[in-house]
Amino acid sequence: MIGLHQYLYLSAILFFIGAFGVLFRRNLLVILMSIELMLNAVNLSFIAFSRYGTGTMDGHVAAFFVMALAAAEAGIGLAILVMLFRNRTTVQADDLTLMRD
Amino acid sequence: MHAVLFYILATLAVVGGLLMVSLKNPLSGAFALILSLCSLAALFAMLHAEFLFILQILVYAGAIMVLIIFTIMLLNLKKEELQEAPVGWIRLLLTATLCAVGAFGAIQVFGDVVPANVEMTTDFGNIESVGRVMLSDFVYPFEVISLILLVAVVGVVLLAKRII
Repeated sequence: MIGLHQYLYLSAILFFIGAFGVLFRRNLLVILMSIELMLNAVNLSFIAFSRYGTGTMDGHVAAFFVMALAAAEAGIGLAILVMLFRNRTTVQADDLTLMRD
Repeated sequence: MHAVLFYILATLAVVGGLLMVSLKNPLSGAFALILSLCSLAALFAMLHAEFLFILQILVYAGAIMVLIIFTIMLLNLKKEELQEAPVGWIRLLLTATLCAVGAFGAIQVFGDVVPANVEMTTDFGNIESVGRVMLSDFVYPFEVISLILLVAVVGVVLLAKRII
């Protein structure tokens, strides 16, 4: 029987796969995509709670807001990445040490 | 039937995510992420969230992933530019352990959640009912979102412009 718990477990697993990508990978593009995966995992638990928890649409609206924010975040993140690549010719997070040097 | 479908889609989502974090080439990773996002969209449909199912396909698998793939192709990264600094096994093990412990802890916490078993209304999850809540209870956050998107658009244009 598939219920609330299975969806929440899947959401937790996907969130920490994304977190692993953010922490471990050094390619900025992959880090951005991992953040997208984490946001999606949270959306899944919002919707699962809406279906099995409250029975209202509040979770769906929250997931909608998360999607809108994710779109804004992806746009700005990629613009920053393109600008960095233009100036430094690298997409590796380890090479971007402007604030440290 | 519901259970079989759930496990197939969950496996696809997890495999897509794992491929995305492990593949060297970001383009292959982007396609793996699309697999993951599409299975998540199908899971949304299984949760009777038809409006969000459509949005997930349109906004995520459509717009955002096109943007990311477009950027990857525009940058046209060479093999040596994709080469990441070599990482030690210790760091890999530590990060993987940290994430596994986090996932395990989250599953433990989620395991204590008690489902409410509410009756599902006939209009659950369709555009009308979501829109009704969004434009009544959540009308101020909705307006703030439009402001955020406007600021994001202006910011992106400003950032990506060569000469200001």
